[in-house]
Amino acid sequence: MSVNKKHLFAGLMLVTTALIAPAHAAASKSLTLAVITDMSGLYKDAGGPGSVVAVKMAIKDSGIEKQGWSVKVIGLDHQNKPDVGANVARQAIDQDHADAIIDVPNSAVALAIEPIVQEKNKVFLIDGAAADILTGAKCSPNQVHFATDTWALAHGTGGAITKSGGKTWFFITADYAFGKSLEKNTGAVVIANGGKVLGHVRAPLSTPDFSSFLLQAQASKAQVIGLANAGGDTINSIKQGAEFGIQKGGQTMAPLLLFITDVNSLGLKTAQGLEFTSSFYWDLNDKTRAFSKRYQALEPLKHMPTWDQAAVYSSTLQYLKAVEKLGDATDGRKVVAEMKSFPTDDAVFGKGEIRADGRAIFPTYLFKVKSPAESKGPWDYYKLIAKIPADQAFRPLKDGHCPLVK
Amino acid sequence: MAAVLDTARPATGKGTSRRPEIIGIALLLAALMVAPFFVYPFFLMDALCFALMACAFNLLVGYAGLLSFGHAMFMGTGSYICAWLAVTYGQPVWLGIIAGVAAATLLGALTGVLAIRRQGIYFSMVTLALSQLIYFVAVEASFTHGEDGLQPVAQGKIFGGLLDLSQPLQLYFCVLVIFAAGFLLIYRIINSPFGEVLKAIRENEPRAISLGYKADHYKFMAFTLSAALTGLAGATKAVVVQHASLSDVYWTTSGSIILMTLVGGMGTILGPVLGAFIIEGMQNYLATAGQWVSVIQGLVFVVCVLAFRKGIIGEVAARLGIRL
Repeated sequence: MSVNKKHLFAGLMLVTTALIAPAHAAASKSLTLAVITDMSGLYKDAGGPGSVVAVKMAIKDSGIEKQGWSVKVIGLDHQNKPDVGANVARQAIDQDHADAIIDVPNSAVALAIEPIVQEKNKVFLIDGAAADILTGAKCSPNQVHFATDTWALAHGTGGAITKSGGKTWFFITADYAFGKSLEKNTGAVVIANGGKVLGHVRAPLSTPDFSSFLLQAQASKAQVIGLANAGGDTINSIKQGAEFGIQKGGQTMAPLLLFITDVNSLGLKTAQGLEFTSSFYWDLNDKTRAFSKRYQALEPLKHMPTWDQAAVYSSTLQYLKAVEKLGDATDGRKVVAEMKSFPTDDAVFGKGEIRADGRAIFPTYLFKVKSPAESKGPWDYYKLIAKIPADQAFRPLKDGHCPLVK
Repeated sequence: MAAVLDTARPATGKGTSRRPEIIGIALLLAALMVAPFFVYPFFLMDALCFALMACAFNLLVGYAGLLSFGHAMFMGTGSYICAWLAVTYGQPVWLGIIAGVAAATLLGALTGVLAIRRQGIYFSMVTLALSQLIYFVAVEASFTHGEDGLQPVAQGKIFGGLLDLSQPLQLYFCVLVIFAAGFLLIYRIINSPFGEVLKAIRENEPRAISLGYKADHYKFMAFTLSAALTGLAGATKAVVVQHASLSDVYWTTSGSIILMTLVGGMGTILGPVLGAFIIEGMQNYLATAGQWVSVIQGLVFVVCVLAFRKGIIGEVAARLGIRL
């Protein structure tokens, strides 16, 4: 009996160890991709379930599964809280053995996740967070940045509009670091292009009432009203600006961060005439149209892809190509180095490259929102005003002060 | 009079009514000792930080009857000061934790002086207002880096290499020691003569004053103690999650602390701990459920308020006929 008991005990111990030990038997040819995004808050439409769709499309298009790889995708919600995001990322890496963390709209959450990915030597594909320090002071050998960043947004919008005649500017700025840095960067570009900044007003974060700020902007008689804010603040200022007839009065409103899903929910009547920078629009060329139609068919709400979701597709595709070339995804730093070693080429951004600081380089565009009369159908929202070539779209390598660049 | 004496008696009596609590606490600490070998340690650490915070909050609301709606400011202060010292000045985390507690205590004393002058809903509103003030300081101040937050808090080796906090288990047991110290301190406070006076004030403040107790002094002390312990939890959390961010000082954090305490059982020693594990568990394990997390949390809250108002522990104790 006692021997039996011993055996039983040993057996139990074995089972327990097997349960606790990481199930990494097929590590060499299996991949887990964790899409950490906003599934419930203000960036749900920009990233959210659509980002998971984009990842799945990239897996299919890479053909990596035909090479014998099995790829698992998990979609996780960071609830726009940095601590939740950090915990979710750590858990995805420790327990689900995630090899890459993808998307993460909301820069604060991305910044909280970054040290964890670096410590665990995994890969971080940043597609939804726009802070330019992610490829500057906070750059890391474990990450690449495919989202349009604050530098590109400020320079695209500020430069292109000023060159096309919008010489005088007034800013409505969200009163926190992101808004202030957008205002400062954009203002500098406006002045460098021969324009003039007439003034600015600081609106508290998440204020419901923009009327006094909009009236000041209107009274300034500036040609362009720059909206250095994001999310709900941008939507509110555009809506209330339409009520005050700002665009009808001949002033142009220029939001610095806008998604096509925002335009969709605002409606063309309210959003018409807005000018802004984006790295992606579904109706740019045959390839983007084909990609977007496929995406739309798969997306639960039948939305067109945003620049965030397009970046998710592009970065995941490049990641999978690199993994396939290496034949091994365990060393995150190696995979990122491999991703940087060959040019990117995909349906959404065309041909491009990833720089030493992790910045993916592609052209960006200045768009103007069509009027309801100009629009030919659903999602026909933008007209192209200017193309900013890839070599001018992003911050020069030397100006970022990324420690990886010597 | 009778009510005051009734609540005071068990502490001086044979202590029979405390036995279930002591058994519960022993079981809890024993379970926490073995838990990291079965459950993901980082989830446990996060939950322990929130549990300590909920216990500190419970000290105030459950035993002194003061519903603070601004505890996020103490948590945020603790975590920001700790992260600031660690990130900007490269100080070891234990120093950061001490500084975080000191800062939260100071803030607790300052806000306490103002807040305890009012009662009921006005007290809650004053604490909420002061907490939002601190939130906007955190948004604007340069050392907090606004919405980007402070990161990474290096865990590393402390006490001359004696402890390596980058090892999950070593970090876990450090957090457990901090939690146990804070938790037992709260237990001691509640069962001290000081705690008895707090309960008397909660039950009937004018009567306690008529007995010669300076109610405001007691409330001030309870408020400051609660703030200090919340700051301790916040600073510890900054070390665990390796950053400090605006969500720590935002009013929704105060809301979750209240939710945890109510779900677990207000005015019970173990309730807030259970509540913290339930609410944090939902946030963590339902992360794949996306937008449903907030709906489920709301439903749990509604069910709690409608079906068991004493909270889980309170209701179980009442069913078993145990007086807490």
